[in-house]
Amino acid sequence: MAEPVLSVRGLVKRFGGLTATDDFSIDVLPGELHALIGPNGAGKTTLIGQLTGEITPDAGQVIFLGQDITRLSVAARVRRGLARSFQIVQLLDDDTALANVALAVQARAGHSFRFWRAAGQDPALLTPARALLDQVGLARHDTRVAELSHGERKVLELAVALAARPRLLLLDEPMAGLGAAESLRMTETLRALKGQFSILLVEHDMEAVFALADRITVLVYGRAIATGTADAIRADPAVQEAYLAEEA
Amino acid sequence: MRNFVWLALLLAAAIALPWAAEAAGQPATIGLATRILCLGIAAASLNLILGHGGMVSFGHAAYYGLGAYTVGILWEHFRLGEPLWGFIPGTNELLITLPVSMLVAGFAAALIGALSLRTTGVQFIMITLAFAQMLFFLFVGLKAYGGDDGLLIRRRNIVPWLDLREQDQLYWLCLGFLVAWLVLQWRIVESRFGRVLEGIRQNERRMAAIGIATYRYKLAAFVIAGMGCGLAGALTANYLRFVSPDLMAWQKSGDIMVMVILGGVGTLLGPVVGAAALVGLEYALGGITENWQFFLGPILLAVVLFAPGGIMGLLGQGRHRRG
Repeated sequence: MAEPVLSVRGLVKRFGGLTATDDFSIDVLPGELHALIGPNGAGKTTLIGQLTGEITPDAGQVIFLGQDITRLSVAARVRRGLARSFQIVQLLDDDTALANVALAVQARAGHSFRFWRAAGQDPALLTPARALLDQVGLARHDTRVAELSHGERKVLELAVALAARPRLLLLDEPMAGLGAAESLRMTETLRALKGQFSILLVEHDMEAVFALADRITVLVYGRAIATGTADAIRADPAVQEAYLAEEA
Repeated sequence: MRNFVWLALLLAAAIALPWAAEAAGQPATIGLATRILCLGIAAASLNLILGHGGMVSFGHAAYYGLGAYTVGILWEHFRLGEPLWGFIPGTNELLITLPVSMLVAGFAAALIGALSLRTTGVQFIMITLAFAQMLFFLFVGLKAYGGDDGLLIRRRNIVPWLDLREQDQLYWLCLGFLVAWLVLQWRIVESRFGRVLEGIRQNERRMAAIGIATYRYKLAAFVIAGMGCGLAGALTANYLRFVSPDLMAWQKSGDIMVMVILGGVGTLLGPVVGAAALVGLEYALGGITENWQFFLGPILLAVVLFAPGGIMGLLGQGRHRRG
Protein backbone atom coordinates (compact mmCIF):
# COMPACT_ATOMS: atom_id res chain seq x y z
CA MET A 1 0.00 0.00 0.00
CA ALA A 2 1.29 3.45 -0.90
CA GLU A 3 2.22 5.71 1.96
CA PRO A 4 -0.73 7.97 2.87
CA VAL A 5 -0.51 11.68 1.96
CA LEU A 6 -2.24 12.57 5.18
CA SER A 7 -2.28 10.38 8.21
CA VAL A 8 -4.07 11.47 11.37
CA ARG A 9 -3.40 9.45 14.52
CA GLY A 10 -5.43 9.54 17.72
CA LEU A 11 -6.48 13.19 17.53
CA VAL A 12 -8.23 14.55 20.62
CA LYS A 13 -9.70 18.00 21.25
CA ARG A 14 -11.77 18.91 24.28
CA PHE A 15 -13.66 22.12 24.97
CA GLY A 16 -14.38 22.02 28.68
CA GLY A 17 -16.47 18.91 29.24
CA LEU A 18 -17.19 18.42 25.56
CA THR A 19 -14.94 16.11 23.57
CA ALA A 20 -15.24 17.55 20.06
CA THR A 21 -12.64 15.23 18.55
CA ASP A 22 -12.38 11.85 20.22
CA ASP A 23 -9.40 9.67 19.28
CA PHE A 24 -9.89 10.38 15.58
CA SER A 25 -7.71 8.67 12.96
CA ILE A 26 -7.81 8.74 9.18
CA ASP A 27 -5.53 7.98 6.21
CA VAL A 28 -5.83 9.78 2.89
CA LEU A 29 -4.06 7.86 0.14
CA PRO A 30 -2.30 9.41 -2.87
CA GLY A 31 -4.71 10.32 -5.65
CA GLU A 32 -7.71 9.32 -3.59
CA LEU A 33 -10.85 11.36 -3.08
CA HIS A 34 -11.72 10.66 0.50
CA ALA A 35 -14.99 12.06 1.80
CA LEU A 36 -15.70 12.88 5.40
CA ILE A 37 -19.36 12.97 6.34
CA GLY A 38 -21.25 13.22 9.57
CA PRO A 39 -24.46 14.58 11.01
CA ASN A 40 -24.66 18.14 12.38
CA GLY A 41 -22.57 18.59 15.49
CA ALA A 42 -20.32 15.64 14.66
CA GLY A 43 -17.25 17.86 15.03
CA LYS A 44 -16.32 18.39 11.39
CA THR A 45 -15.42 22.06 11.78
CA THR A 46 -13.20 21.41 14.82
CA LEU A 47 -11.49 18.60 12.97
CA ILE A 48 -10.78 20.75 9.91
CA GLY A 49 -9.37 23.44 12.19
CA GLN A 50 -6.88 20.93 13.57
CA LEU A 51 -5.87 19.71 10.12
CA THR A 52 -5.27 23.25 8.81
CA GLY A 53 -3.58 24.47 11.98
CA GLU A 54 -6.15 26.98 13.23
CA ILE A 55 -6.89 24.81 16.28
CA THR A 56 -4.22 22.99 18.33
CA PRO A 57 -5.22 19.45 19.31
CA ASP A 58 -4.87 18.25 22.90
CA ALA A 59 -3.39 14.92 21.81
CA GLY A 60 -2.56 12.97 18.68
CA GLN A 61 -0.58 13.60 15.54
CA VAL A 62 -1.13 14.96 12.06
CA ILE A 63 1.37 13.43 9.63
CA PHE A 64 1.57 15.02 6.18
CA LEU A 65 3.85 13.57 3.49
CA GLY A 66 5.61 11.56 6.16
CA GLN A 67 6.33 14.52 8.43
CA ASP A 68 4.72 15.53 11.70
CA ILE A 69 2.98 18.87 11.13
CA THR A 70 0.88 18.88 14.32
CA ARG A 71 2.59 22.02 15.64
CA LEU A 72 3.06 23.92 12.37
CA SER A 73 1.30 27.22 11.67
CA VAL A 74 -1.47 27.53 9.08
CA ALA A 75 0.80 29.23 6.56
CA ALA A 76 3.62 26.72 6.98
CA ARG A 77 1.22 23.85 6.29
CA VAL A 78 -0.02 25.54 3.13
CA ARG A 79 3.52 26.03 1.90
CA ARG A 80 4.10 22.28 2.37
CA GLY A 81 1.13 21.62 0.11
CA LEU A 82 -1.90 21.33 2.35
CA ALA A 83 -4.36 23.78 0.80
CA ARG A 84 -7.95 24.25 1.83
CA SER A 85 -11.16 25.90 0.72
CA PHE A 86 -13.57 27.47 3.16
CA GLN A 87 -17.19 26.57 3.78
CA ILE A 88 -17.96 30.26 4.34
CA VAL A 89 -15.99 31.89 1.54
CA GLN A 90 -12.92 33.83 2.63
CA LEU A 91 -11.91 36.03 -0.27
CA LEU A 92 -10.66 39.56 -0.87
CA ASP A 93 -13.97 41.22 -1.67
CA ASP A 94 -12.54 44.50 -2.97
CA ASP A 95 -10.39 42.71 -5.53
CA THR A 96 -11.26 40.99 -8.78
CA ALA A 97 -11.44 37.24 -9.11
CA LEU A 98 -8.22 37.39 -11.09
CA ALA A 99 -6.40 39.44 -8.43
CA ASN A 100 -7.46 36.93 -5.78
CA VAL A 101 -5.95 34.03 -7.67
CA ALA A 102 -2.89 36.06 -8.72
CA LEU A 103 -2.15 36.77 -5.08
CA ALA A 104 -2.32 33.07 -4.28
CA VAL A 105 0.05 32.38 -7.20
CA GLN A 106 2.35 35.05 -5.81
CA ALA A 107 2.29 33.43 -2.36
CA ARG A 108 3.28 30.13 -3.98
CA ALA A 109 6.13 31.81 -5.90
CA GLY A 110 8.16 32.57 -2.77
CA HIS A 111 8.44 35.50 -0.41
CA SER A 112 6.73 38.80 -1.20
CA PHE A 113 9.37 41.16 0.15
CA ARG A 114 9.48 42.88 -3.23
CA PHE A 115 8.78 46.54 -2.85
CA TRP A 116 9.23 48.25 -6.18
CA ARG A 117 7.93 46.47 -9.29
CA ALA A 118 4.19 46.60 -9.87
CA ALA A 119 2.48 43.27 -9.29
CA GLY A 120 -0.85 44.12 -10.90
CA GLN A 121 0.24 43.51 -14.50
CA ASP A 122 2.93 40.88 -13.91
CA PRO A 123 2.39 38.11 -16.50
CA ALA A 124 4.27 35.68 -14.25
CA LEU A 125 1.31 35.99 -11.88
CA LEU A 126 -1.58 36.69 -14.23
CA THR A 127 -0.98 33.93 -16.79
CA PRO A 128 -1.14 31.07 -14.27
CA ALA A 129 -4.03 32.82 -12.50
CA ARG A 130 -6.07 33.00 -15.71
CA ALA A 131 -5.31 29.36 -16.43
CA LEU A 132 -6.59 28.37 -12.98
CA LEU A 133 -9.79 30.35 -13.42
CA ASP A 134 -10.34 28.65 -16.77
CA GLN A 135 -9.64 25.27 -15.17
CA VAL A 136 -12.48 25.69 -12.67
CA GLY A 137 -14.69 27.37 -15.27
CA LEU A 138 -15.03 30.88 -13.85
CA ALA A 139 -15.47 33.19 -16.81
CA ARG A 140 -15.72 36.56 -15.09
CA HIS A 141 -12.02 37.10 -14.37
CA ASP A 142 -12.19 40.86 -13.99
CA THR A 143 -15.28 41.17 -11.83
CA ARG A 144 -14.86 42.18 -8.22
CA VAL A 145 -15.57 39.40 -5.75
CA ALA A 146 -18.24 41.52 -4.07
CA GLU A 147 -20.19 41.40 -7.35
CA LEU A 148 -19.82 37.66 -7.98
CA SER A 149 -22.66 35.25 -7.24
CA HIS A 150 -22.38 32.81 -4.34
CA GLY A 151 -21.80 29.96 -6.76
CA GLU A 152 -19.00 31.83 -8.52
CA ARG A 153 -17.34 32.57 -5.20
CA LYS A 154 -17.37 28.90 -4.24
CA VAL A 155 -15.67 28.11 -7.54
CA LEU A 156 -13.18 30.93 -6.96
CA GLU A 157 -12.37 29.45 -3.54
CA LEU A 158 -11.39 26.31 -5.39
CA ALA A 159 -9.17 28.17 -7.87
CA VAL A 160 -7.39 30.00 -5.04
CA ALA A 161 -6.76 26.70 -3.26
CA LEU A 162 -5.42 25.14 -6.47
CA ALA A 163 -2.99 28.04 -6.91
CA ALA A 164 -1.03 26.68 -3.95
CA ARG A 165 -0.24 23.61 -6.12
CA PRO A 166 -1.43 21.42 -3.27
CA ARG A 167 -0.41 17.85 -2.54
CA LEU A 168 -3.66 17.56 -0.63
CA LEU A 169 -6.83 19.57 -1.16
CA LEU A 170 -9.00 19.96 1.90
CA LEU A 171 -12.42 21.02 0.67
CA ASP A 172 -14.79 22.26 3.35
CA GLU A 173 -18.33 21.86 2.02
CA PRO A 174 -17.79 23.16 -1.53
CA MET A 175 -21.47 22.55 -2.27
CA ALA A 176 -22.81 24.51 0.71
CA GLY A 177 -25.46 27.00 -0.37
CA LEU A 178 -25.35 26.01 -4.05
CA GLY A 179 -28.49 25.47 -6.13
CA ALA A 180 -29.15 22.10 -7.75
CA ALA A 181 -27.63 23.06 -11.11
CA GLU A 182 -24.60 24.69 -9.50
CA SER A 183 -24.09 21.62 -7.32
CA LEU A 184 -24.02 19.41 -10.39
CA ARG A 185 -21.51 21.70 -12.06
CA MET A 186 -19.32 21.70 -8.96
CA THR A 187 -19.51 17.90 -8.87
CA GLU A 188 -18.23 17.79 -12.43
CA THR A 189 -15.45 20.26 -11.64
CA LEU A 190 -14.36 18.12 -8.70
CA ARG A 191 -14.56 14.98 -10.80
CA ALA A 192 -12.11 16.57 -13.22
CA LEU A 193 -9.71 17.31 -10.33
CA LYS A 194 -10.04 13.78 -8.97
CA GLY A 195 -6.89 11.77 -9.60
CA GLN A 196 -4.75 14.88 -10.17
CA PHE A 197 -4.86 15.72 -6.48
CA SER A 198 -5.42 13.85 -3.27
CA ILE A 199 -8.62 15.30 -1.89
CA LEU A 200 -10.26 15.24 1.51
CA LEU A 201 -13.84 16.33 0.91
CA VAL A 202 -15.98 17.38 3.86
CA GLU A 203 -19.50 17.61 2.55
CA HIS A 204 -23.14 17.54 3.53
CA ASP A 205 -24.47 16.83 0.03
CA MET A 206 -24.77 13.03 0.09
CA GLU A 207 -25.54 12.74 -3.59
CA ALA A 208 -22.24 14.44 -4.44
CA VAL A 209 -20.32 12.41 -1.89
CA PHE A 210 -21.57 9.07 -3.15
CA ALA A 211 -20.96 10.12 -6.75
CA LEU A 212 -17.37 11.26 -6.17
CA ALA A 213 -15.74 9.51 -3.25
CA ASP A 214 -13.37 6.58 -3.50
CA ARG A 215 -13.70 6.06 0.22
CA ILE A 216 -15.86 7.61 2.89
CA THR A 217 -15.24 8.12 6.59
CA VAL A 218 -18.21 8.75 8.85
CA LEU A 219 -17.73 11.05 11.83
CA VAL A 220 -20.13 10.90 14.78
CA TYR A 221 -19.54 12.69 18.09
CA GLY A 222 -15.91 13.32 17.13
CA ARG A 223 -15.21 9.64 16.38
CA ALA A 224 -14.66 7.89 13.07
CA ILE A 225 -17.27 5.14 13.31
CA ALA A 226 -16.72 3.69 9.83
CA THR A 227 -14.45 3.96 6.81
CA GLY A 228 -15.04 2.26 3.49
CA THR A 229 -16.34 2.46 -0.07
CA ALA A 230 -19.68 4.09 -0.82
CA ASP A 231 -21.46 0.73 -0.92
CA ALA A 232 -19.92 -0.46 2.34
CA ILE A 233 -20.87 2.78 4.08
CA ARG A 234 -24.45 2.62 2.81
CA ALA A 235 -24.80 -0.89 4.17
CA ASP A 236 -23.14 -0.19 7.52
CA PRO A 237 -25.67 -0.55 10.36
CA ALA A 238 -23.82 1.85 12.67
CA VAL A 239 -23.93 4.57 10.00
CA GLN A 240 -27.60 3.99 9.35
CA GLU A 241 -28.28 4.27 13.03
CA ALA A 242 -26.36 7.53 13.37
CA TYR A 243 -28.20 9.15 10.48
CA LEU A 244 -31.60 7.72 11.43
CA ALA A 245 -31.09 9.05 14.96
CA GLU A 246 -30.55 12.51 13.50
CA GLU A 247 -33.71 12.36 11.42
CA ALA A 248 -35.85 10.98 14.24
CA MET B 1 -3.25 59.69 -17.87
CA ARG B 2 -5.67 62.44 -16.83
CA ASN B 3 -4.66 61.84 -13.25
CA PHE B 4 -1.06 62.26 -14.29
CA VAL B 5 -1.79 65.67 -15.78
CA TRP B 6 -3.59 66.71 -12.60
CA LEU B 7 -0.68 65.56 -10.48
CA ALA B 8 1.79 67.50 -12.63
CA LEU B 9 -0.33 70.66 -12.32
CA LEU B 10 -0.65 70.17 -8.57
CA LEU B 11 3.10 69.73 -8.21
CA ALA B 12 3.78 72.84 -10.32
CA ALA B 13 1.41 74.84 -8.11
CA ALA B 14 3.12 73.50 -4.98
CA ILE B 15 6.54 74.49 -6.34
CA ALA B 16 5.31 77.97 -7.24
CA LEU B 17 3.63 78.56 -3.87
CA PRO B 18 6.45 80.54 -2.17
CA TRP B 19 6.63 83.03 -5.08
CA ALA B 20 2.87 83.40 -5.10
CA ALA B 21 2.82 83.93 -1.34
CA GLU B 22 5.53 86.62 -1.57
CA ALA B 23 3.74 88.30 -4.44
CA ALA B 24 0.47 88.30 -2.53
CA GLY B 25 2.21 89.77 0.50
CA GLN B 26 1.40 86.68 2.59
CA PRO B 27 4.82 85.19 3.40
CA ALA B 28 3.37 83.51 6.52
CA THR B 29 1.59 81.11 4.16
CA ILE B 30 4.94 79.49 3.37
CA GLY B 31 5.40 78.44 6.98
CA LEU B 32 1.86 77.10 7.13
CA ALA B 33 2.45 75.16 3.92
CA THR B 34 5.71 73.74 5.29
CA ARG B 35 3.83 72.45 8.31
CA ILE B 36 1.30 70.83 6.00
CA LEU B 37 4.08 69.13 4.02
CA CYS B 38 5.68 67.69 7.18
CA LEU B 39 2.37 66.49 8.57
CA GLY B 40 1.51 65.17 5.11
CA ILE B 41 4.51 62.84 5.24
CA ALA B 42 3.50 61.72 8.74
CA ALA B 43 -0.10 61.09 7.72
CA ALA B 44 0.94 59.32 4.49
CA SER B 45 3.18 56.99 6.48
CA LEU B 46 0.34 56.15 8.86
CA ASN B 47 -1.86 55.52 5.85
CA LEU B 48 0.50 52.74 4.72
CA ILE B 49 -0.33 50.64 7.77
CA LEU B 50 -3.82 51.99 8.53
CA GLY B 51 -5.24 52.38 5.04
CA HIS B 52 -3.44 49.59 3.26
CA GLY B 53 -2.62 47.14 6.03
CA GLY B 54 -5.66 47.63 8.27
CA MET B 55 -3.46 48.26 11.33
CA VAL B 56 -5.02 51.04 13.39
CA SER B 57 -1.97 52.36 15.21
CA PHE B 58 -2.91 55.01 17.75
CA GLY B 59 0.68 55.75 18.66
CA HIS B 60 2.09 56.97 15.41
CA ALA B 61 3.21 60.31 16.87
CA ALA B 62 5.84 58.38 18.84
CA TYR B 63 7.94 58.11 15.67
CA TYR B 64 7.22 61.73 14.79
CA GLY B 65 8.57 62.80 18.16
CA LEU B 66 11.54 60.44 18.01
CA GLY B 67 12.53 61.79 14.59
CA ALA B 68 12.26 65.35 15.88
CA TYR B 69 14.15 64.63 19.10
CA THR B 70 16.94 62.94 17.15
CA VAL B 71 17.55 66.23 15.34
CA GLY B 72 17.22 68.15 18.62
CA ILE B 73 19.54 65.94 20.65
CA LEU B 74 22.18 65.79 17.91
CA TRP B 75 22.01 69.60 17.76
CA GLU B 76 22.34 69.90 21.52
CA HIS B 77 25.50 67.78 21.58
CA PHE B 78 26.86 69.67 18.59
CA ARG B 79 26.25 72.92 20.45
CA LEU B 80 27.81 71.69 23.68
CA GLY B 81 30.67 70.03 21.82
CA GLU B 82 30.46 66.90 23.93
CA PRO B 83 29.49 63.52 22.45
CA LEU B 84 26.33 61.69 23.46
CA TRP B 85 27.23 58.85 25.91
CA GLY B 86 30.82 59.88 25.36
CA PHE B 87 31.12 58.50 21.85
CA ILE B 88 28.33 59.76 19.55
CA PRO B 89 29.33 63.21 18.31
CA GLY B 90 26.60 65.79 17.81
CA THR B 91 25.95 67.21 14.37
CA ASN B 92 23.90 69.78 12.52
CA GLU B 93 24.34 68.22 9.07
CA LEU B 94 20.93 67.42 7.61
CA LEU B 95 22.39 64.64 5.48
CA ILE B 96 23.31 62.88 8.71
CA THR B 97 20.47 63.89 11.02
CA LEU B 98 17.69 62.82 8.62
CA PRO B 99 18.90 59.24 8.04
CA VAL B 100 19.68 58.88 11.75
CA SER B 101 16.18 60.10 12.62
CA MET B 102 14.67 57.52 10.29
CA LEU B 103 16.83 54.77 11.75
CA VAL B 104 15.94 55.69 15.33
CA ALA B 105 12.23 55.82 14.49
CA GLY B 106 12.46 52.59 12.49
CA PHE B 107 14.23 50.82 15.33
CA ALA B 108 11.58 51.94 17.81
CA ALA B 109 8.86 50.83 15.38
CA ALA B 110 10.51 47.42 15.10
CA LEU B 111 10.47 46.96 18.88
CA ILE B 112 6.98 48.35 19.41
CA GLY B 113 5.60 46.59 16.35
CA ALA B 114 7.13 43.24 17.28
CA LEU B 115 5.14 43.29 20.51
CA SER B 116 1.99 45.13 19.42
CA LEU B 117 1.41 43.09 16.26
CA ARG B 118 0.83 39.99 18.34
CA THR B 119 -2.54 41.57 19.10
CA THR B 120 -5.33 42.82 16.85
CA GLY B 121 -8.36 45.09 17.02
CA VAL B 122 -8.95 47.23 20.08
CA GLN B 123 -6.04 45.62 21.92
CA PHE B 124 -3.69 46.72 19.16
CA ILE B 125 -5.02 50.28 19.31
CA MET B 126 -4.51 50.41 23.06
CA ILE B 127 -1.06 48.84 23.13
CA THR B 128 0.32 51.17 20.44
CA LEU B 129 -1.14 54.08 22.39
CA ALA B 130 0.44 52.80 25.59
CA PHE B 131 3.90 52.55 24.02
CA ALA B 132 3.63 56.07 22.63
CA GLN B 133 2.60 57.40 26.03
CA MET B 134 5.56 55.63 27.63
CA LEU B 135 7.88 57.46 25.26
CA PHE B 136 6.04 60.71 25.92
CA PHE B 137 6.63 60.45 29.68
CA LEU B 138 10.19 59.33 29.12
CA PHE B 139 10.93 62.57 27.30
CA VAL B 140 8.98 64.62 29.83
CA GLY B 141 11.36 63.21 32.41
CA LEU B 142 14.53 63.77 30.38
CA LYS B 143 15.66 66.97 32.08
CA ALA B 144 18.98 66.96 30.18
CA TYR B 145 17.01 67.74 27.03
CA GLY B 146 14.59 70.21 28.55
CA GLY B 147 12.01 67.74 29.86
CA ASP B 148 8.56 69.27 29.76
CA ASP B 149 9.84 72.57 28.36
CA GLY B 150 11.38 71.03 25.29
CA LEU B 151 14.59 71.83 23.54
CA LEU B 152 15.47 74.85 21.43
CA ILE B 153 17.40 74.38 18.21
CA ARG B 154 19.05 77.73 17.65
CA ARG B 155 19.91 77.11 14.01
CA ARG B 156 18.38 74.84 11.41
CA ASN B 157 20.49 72.00 10.08
CA ILE B 158 22.87 72.80 7.27
CA VAL B 159 22.71 71.09 3.91
CA PRO B 160 24.85 71.57 0.78
CA TRP B 161 23.58 74.13 -1.79
CA LEU B 162 20.63 75.20 0.37
CA ASP B 163 20.21 77.71 3.16
CA LEU B 164 17.40 76.43 5.34
CA ARG B 165 17.23 79.73 7.18
CA GLU B 166 15.41 80.94 4.08
CA GLN B 167 11.89 79.69 4.62
CA ASP B 168 11.17 79.09 0.94
CA GLN B 169 14.24 76.85 0.66
CA LEU B 170 13.11 74.80 3.66
CA TYR B 171 9.69 74.60 2.04
CA TRP B 172 11.11 73.21 -1.20
CA LEU B 173 13.22 70.72 0.69
CA CYS B 174 10.15 69.44 2.54
CA LEU B 175 8.20 69.34 -0.72
CA GLY B 176 10.97 67.25 -2.27
CA PHE B 177 10.90 64.79 0.60
CA LEU B 178 7.10 64.58 0.50
CA VAL B 179 7.12 63.82 -3.21
CA ALA B 180 9.90 61.26 -2.79
CA TRP B 181 8.04 59.58 0.04
CA LEU B 182 4.77 59.48 -1.91
CA VAL B 183 6.52 57.98 -4.95
CA LEU B 184 8.13 55.35 -2.73
CA GLN B 185 4.85 54.54 -1.05
CA TRP B 186 3.01 54.38 -4.37
CA ARG B 187 5.53 51.82 -5.60
CA ILE B 188 5.25 49.84 -2.37
CA VAL B 189 1.46 49.75 -2.53
CA GLU B 190 1.52 48.49 -6.12
CA SER B 191 4.26 45.93 -5.49
CA ARG B 192 3.95 42.31 -4.41
CA PHE B 193 4.53 43.45 -0.86
CA GLY B 194 1.70 45.94 -1.20
CA ARG B 195 -0.64 43.28 -2.55
CA VAL B 196 0.05 41.16 0.51
CA LEU B 197 -0.57 44.15 2.77
CA GLU B 198 -3.85 44.90 1.03
CA GLY B 199 -4.83 41.24 1.38
CA ILE B 200 -4.11 41.33 5.11
CA ARG B 201 -6.38 44.35 5.47
CA GLN B 202 -9.22 42.62 3.66
CA ASN B 203 -8.97 39.13 5.11
CA GLU B 204 -6.02 38.01 7.17
CA ARG B 205 -7.39 34.48 7.53
CA ARG B 206 -7.42 34.13 3.77
CA MET B 207 -3.80 35.26 3.57
CA ALA B 208 -2.71 32.56 6.00
CA ALA B 209 -4.67 30.04 3.93
CA ILE B 210 -2.63 30.86 0.81
CA GLY B 211 0.55 30.29 2.78
CA ILE B 212 1.52 33.78 3.86
CA ALA B 213 2.96 34.25 7.34
CA THR B 214 1.27 37.61 7.85
CA TYR B 215 3.15 38.74 10.98
CA ARG B 216 6.46 39.50 9.26
CA TYR B 217 4.76 41.48 6.49
CA LYS B 218 2.82 43.54 8.99
CA LEU B 219 5.98 44.18 10.96
CA ALA B 220 7.90 45.26 7.85
CA ALA B 221 5.13 47.70 6.94
CA PHE B 222 5.02 48.97 10.51
CA VAL B 223 8.77 49.71 10.41
CA ILE B 224 8.57 51.46 7.02
CA ALA B 225 5.72 53.61 8.33
CA GLY B 226 7.70 54.42 11.47
CA MET B 227 10.68 55.51 9.38
CA GLY B 228 8.51 57.76 7.24
CA CYS B 229 7.06 59.39 10.32
CA GLY B 230 10.58 59.80 11.72
CA LEU B 231 11.52 61.68 8.57
CA ALA B 232 8.47 63.91 9.02
CA GLY B 233 9.48 64.58 12.61
CA ALA B 234 13.05 65.47 11.66
CA LEU B 235 11.80 67.99 9.09
CA THR B 236 9.33 69.40 11.60
CA ALA B 237 12.13 69.92 14.15
CA ASN B 238 13.98 71.94 11.54
CA TYR B 239 10.91 73.95 10.71
CA LEU B 240 9.98 74.71 14.33
CA ARG B 241 13.58 74.96 15.58
CA PHE B 242 12.11 73.46 18.71
CA VAL B 243 11.19 70.01 19.95
CA SER B 244 9.05 69.06 22.92
CA PRO B 245 7.22 65.98 24.22
CA ASP B 246 4.00 67.42 22.78
CA LEU B 247 5.17 66.17 19.39
CA MET B 248 4.61 62.60 20.58
CA ALA B 249 1.57 63.13 22.77
CA TRP B 250 -1.56 61.10 22.06
CA GLN B 251 -3.29 64.22 20.75
CA LYS B 252 -0.73 64.35 17.96
CA SER B 253 -1.36 60.68 17.15
CA GLY B 254 -5.04 61.56 16.98
CA ASP B 255 -4.37 64.53 14.71
CA ILE B 256 -2.41 62.37 12.30
CA MET B 257 -5.14 59.76 12.24
CA VAL B 258 -7.81 62.42 11.66
CA MET B 259 -5.79 63.70 8.69
CA VAL B 260 -5.79 60.24 7.11
CA ILE B 261 -9.52 59.74 7.65
CA LEU B 262 -10.42 63.29 6.65
CA GLY B 263 -8.40 63.07 3.42
CA GLY B 264 -9.31 59.55 2.44
CA VAL B 265 -8.09 56.25 3.85
CA GLY B 266 -6.09 54.11 1.46
CA THR B 267 -5.51 56.81 -1.15
CA LEU B 268 -2.16 58.18 -2.22
CA LEU B 269 -2.85 61.89 -1.80
CA GLY B 270 -5.64 61.67 0.77
CA PRO B 271 -3.40 62.01 3.85
CA VAL B 272 -1.72 65.12 2.41
CA VAL B 273 -5.08 66.62 1.51
CA GLY B 274 -6.26 65.74 5.01
CA ALA B 275 -3.22 67.45 6.53
CA ALA B 276 -3.92 70.56 4.46
CA ALA B 277 -7.58 70.49 5.43
CA LEU B 278 -6.94 70.09 9.14
CA VAL B 279 -4.17 72.69 9.33
CA GLY B 280 -6.22 75.01 7.12
CA LEU B 281 -9.34 74.59 9.26
CA GLU B 282 -7.34 75.19 12.43
CA TYR B 283 -5.93 78.36 10.91
CA ALA B 284 -9.23 79.62 9.51
CA LEU B 285 -11.36 78.78 12.55
CA GLY B 286 -8.60 79.97 14.87
CA GLY B 287 -8.80 83.37 13.18
CA ILE B 288 -12.51 83.60 13.94
CA THR B 289 -12.76 82.28 17.46
CA GLU B 290 -10.62 81.10 20.31
CA ASN B 291 -12.86 78.08 20.72
CA TRP B 292 -12.17 76.78 17.22
CA GLN B 293 -11.98 73.17 18.36
CA PHE B 294 -15.66 73.40 19.26
CA PHE B 295 -16.43 73.97 15.60
CA LEU B 296 -13.86 71.53 14.24
CA GLY B 297 -15.61 68.61 15.94
CA PRO B 298 -18.91 68.83 14.01
CA ILE B 299 -17.05 69.28 10.73
CA LEU B 300 -15.05 66.09 11.32
CA LEU B 301 -18.21 64.29 12.39
CA ALA B 302 -19.96 65.34 9.18
CA VAL B 303 -17.10 64.01 7.06
CA VAL B 304 -17.06 60.65 8.81
CA LEU B 305 -20.84 60.32 8.58
CA PHE B 306 -21.51 61.64 5.10
CA ALA B 307 -18.23 61.07 3.27
CA PRO B 308 -16.70 57.82 4.49
CA GLY B 309 -14.18 58.05 1.64
CA GLY B 310 -12.97 61.40 2.97
CA ILE B 311 -12.24 64.38 0.77
CA MET B 312 -10.70 62.18 -1.91
CA GLY B 313 -13.89 60.14 -1.93
CA LEU B 314 -15.92 63.32 -2.49
CA LEU B 315 -13.62 64.18 -5.40
CA GLY B 316 -14.32 60.78 -6.97
CA GLN B 317 -10.77 59.64 -6.20
CA GLY B 318 -11.61 57.23 -3.42
CA ARG B 319 -9.83 54.04 -2.51
CA HIS B 320 -8.44 52.41 -5.58
CA ARG B 321 -10.22 49.18 -6.37
CA ARG B 322 -8.47 46.66 -8.56
CA GLY B 323 -10.20 45.94 -11.85
